[in-house]
Amino acid sequence: MSNSPAIELKGITKRFGTVIANKNVNLVVNKGEILAVLGENGSGKTTLMNMISGIYYPDEGQIFVDGKEVLIRSPKDAFKYKIGMIHQHFKLVDVFNATENIVLGIKDKKKYNLKEAEKEVAEITHKYGFEIDPKKKIYEMSVSEKQTVEIIKVLYRGAEILILDEPTAVLTPQETEKLFNVLRRMREDNKSIIIITHKLHEVLEISDRVTVLRKGEYIDTVNTKQTNESELTEMMVGKKVSLNIERTEPKNPEDRLRVNGLSCKSSDGRQVLDNVSFTARSGEILGIAGIAGSGQRELLEAIAGLQNISSGEILYNDPKKNETVNLRDKTPVQIRDLGVRLSFVPEDRLGMGLVGSMDITDNMMLRSYKKGHSFFVDRKKPKNLAEDIIKSLEVSTPGTSTPVRRLSGGNVQKVLVGREIALNPKLLMAAYPVRGLDINSSYLIYNLLNKQKENGVAVIFVGEDLDVLIELCDRIMVINSGRVTGIVDGRTAVKEEIGLLMTKNHETEDDANGKE
Amino acid sequence: MARNENKVKEPLFHIVKRSSVKWYQAWGVRIASIAAALIVCALVTMFLTGKDPLKVYETMINGAFGSEKRIWNLLQGIAMLLSVSLAVTPAFKMRFWNIGAEGQVLIGGLATAACMIYFGDKLPTWALIIVMLVASIAAGAIWAFIPAFFKANWNTNETLFTLMMNYVGIQLVSYFVTVWEVPKGSGQIGIINQSTRAGWLPTIGDYDYLLNIIVVLVMTIGMYIYLRYSKHGYEISVVGESENTARYVGINVKKVIIRTMLLSGAICGITGLLLVAGTNHTITTSTADGRGFTAIMVSWLAKFNPIMMILTSFLLVFMQKGANEISTVYRINQSFSDIITGIILFFIIGCEFFINYRIVFRHKNKEEK
Repeated sequence: MSNSPAIELKGITKRFGTVIANKNVNLVVNKGEILAVLGENGSGKTTLMNMISGIYYPDEGQIFVDGKEVLIRSPKDAFKYKIGMIHQHFKLVDVFNATENIVLGIKDKKKYNLKEAEKEVAEITHKYGFEIDPKKKIYEMSVSEKQTVEIIKVLYRGAEILILDEPTAVLTPQETEKLFNVLRRMREDNKSIIIITHKLHEVLEISDRVTVLRKGEYIDTVNTKQTNESELTEMMVGKKVSLNIERTEPKNPEDRLRVNGLSCKSSDGRQVLDNVSFTARSGEILGIAGIAGSGQRELLEAIAGLQNISSGEILYNDPKKNETVNLRDKTPVQIRDLGVRLSFVPEDRLGMGLVGSMDITDNMMLRSYKKGHSFFVDRKKPKNLAEDIIKSLEVSTPGTSTPVRRLSGGNVQKVLVGREIALNPKLLMAAYPVRGLDINSSYLIYNLLNKQKENGVAVIFVGEDLDVLIELCDRIMVINSGRVTGIVDGRTAVKEEIGLLMTKNHETEDDANGKE
Repeated sequence: MARNENKVKEPLFHIVKRSSVKWYQAWGVRIASIAAALIVCALVTMFLTGKDPLKVYETMINGAFGSEKRIWNLLQGIAMLLSVSLAVTPAFKMRFWNIGAEGQVLIGGLATAACMIYFGDKLPTWALIIVMLVASIAAGAIWAFIPAFFKANWNTNETLFTLMMNYVGIQLVSYFVTVWEVPKGSGQIGIINQSTRAGWLPTIGDYDYLLNIIVVLVMTIGMYIYLRYSKHGYEISVVGESENTARYVGINVKKVIIRTMLLSGAICGITGLLLVAGTNHTITTSTADGRGFTAIMVSWLAKFNPIMMILTSFLLVFMQKGANEISTVYRINQSFSDIITGIILFFIIGCEFFINYRIVFRHKNKEEK
């Protein structure tokens, strides 16, 4: 590691109207170094990075590249100073292949030659240890492959300073490990890397130094080797936080939901669920682990009445009436009318669980507006509910009439989970409820789920962080390619065992796909 | 690359999003933009025609408000445009691009005319008007139902579908005009039931247009309440914003699409009735007079708020009347008034940008430091 700074920010301030997104932030990245920018949601990490990559222009402050003051007015300027950003949401053309996407928009004619480009891409791939098929179309790619294309894209443009915005949020543990290996190789190659994250163990694993932001303000920069998780948390949150999930023993568990031989096909005829059977019990958290896209979403949607089911049954045991009903082929309304108290926190919060442009009150109403025979809606009760949730879950919002789209990710999730819990469910399903949330909000959600469990609710929790699954769940069901590959006890399970189940039969599966 | 490195040049200005805009700020921007539009129009007028712009504006105002008759004409124009705008608004809120209001109005008018012609001497007035009302609503609703049904079931493109339905509507009208033409060979129907006045909507006092205006006013308030406070209106918003959310909470999306389009078509049908039985007492292919398309602008400019649509339709009708007046008084080519209308619209639509964003000049910040 050499000590000459590749990029330096001094006193950067950025306001959006009256909101101060960044206030007097200083930051230095040296050559051949990985700097983690750590902060809670809404702490201004992404805004800061957007100023380096030319998307926003700072109101005050200076940026130095290689010791010279520069002005970055557009992404083009950023590219000129060899700065490349990999955004959280990929910006790729679906119908083009990897190479075509990589050369897209480059003015240099020589670099635009596809054959030459392919060669150079292969070189980059080899040099840093990427795994990518340059001829593969984007729409055929997994999230991790798409991310790889984005990274190669900026490298191909000669970036020396790479910014990655929450790169691991969408990756499996294995994919994260691969990415980190690539980043380490880049560091050896004297590149400067800024990684935005709020996952502490990743910060400790990959970075050399950590810069912490809190509420837009620069807190401190520390050497990773001389710090630890609780110190970083304290800097990030501003107070001491305990990072333990309390797992109680299930109290008189009863079978609440039995799924037998459930199979589903997607609209394009792919088998997304294949003979899935399991039981969810009251007073218990059942975790579902698996590589992204293994059928988790379809499974929950099938139970909620949003998927076409080709075979199998979904039996719900009503504890009040002590009778069993089959939820198969029922619409969400029919399920509700049967007296099934089912709450569902879907993966896509603003696209399914909530309406982004509507305010909190109107979003509360989504579940309840139909009640009663009046032609008109009653906004009084939803408004009270909205106020209750804002207060009890500490949602930070100007008021109940703020569109939920304007809230930060954590607050959006609090609104959604709060509404679903307010339905007094007997069965609560949550898909990736802490994805993209900061530590505080994540633990708040875990506690909410735990409280539901203690109240005798059967909780189904689809998660991606295996450490959390093992800490939180009573049992963990692992699925792979729509099939259940095992159900393990959360108290005795080890990460490797689950990781193995997640990829079990994967090779044979790939062979079968190859033949098609 | 080396060019910019020693000399640090800051951009002259940059654009900043406003966090919250108070109503008076928003209106301030709007009024300023209209003032700016008038100044630009004045310059253009002087440059192109050499006329005194103040006189030209006076003529415009005179064209719209000059006499009692002109005021009534203006109000009638507003009412009719507003009525069609009310019809398209619920569909637009649902993100269903109904650009077939023109055809739906015409078909409603055609149904009205048919009732007047065939039942004019067979039914008592009150019964005839009820039949006409039912027929026009049904006709407009059917015209809207067809594309809605296909959209709901097979996800066809509603924009193309409703547009095509316009042409079918226009052709039907021109066919029936030849069937009903009076006298034969004239190519027009003339005033229907001129002697008996059968099927003519009653007038309130001496005011021919007052009934239309009142009906549309009631519909405007009704639509405002429907969209804002009814369960249907709520469902329309949810479906428009996210179909997935609608499915998730158990809203029957197909049902909402069809129901909303039936309403949209029905209001178009009523507009047809008001035009044919209330004011024109005849039908031609241009009875709808492009209102089906102008209504799209009225609705969007008002951000789908029916009360605001009163203002936006006033604005559009006023400019149209005023522009016509200048082209007759000054004998200027009709295109000139279109230029004036275009400039004013450009400023009004453009000012929305300045309501959401503001421009911050660089050097100001430096002085603060």
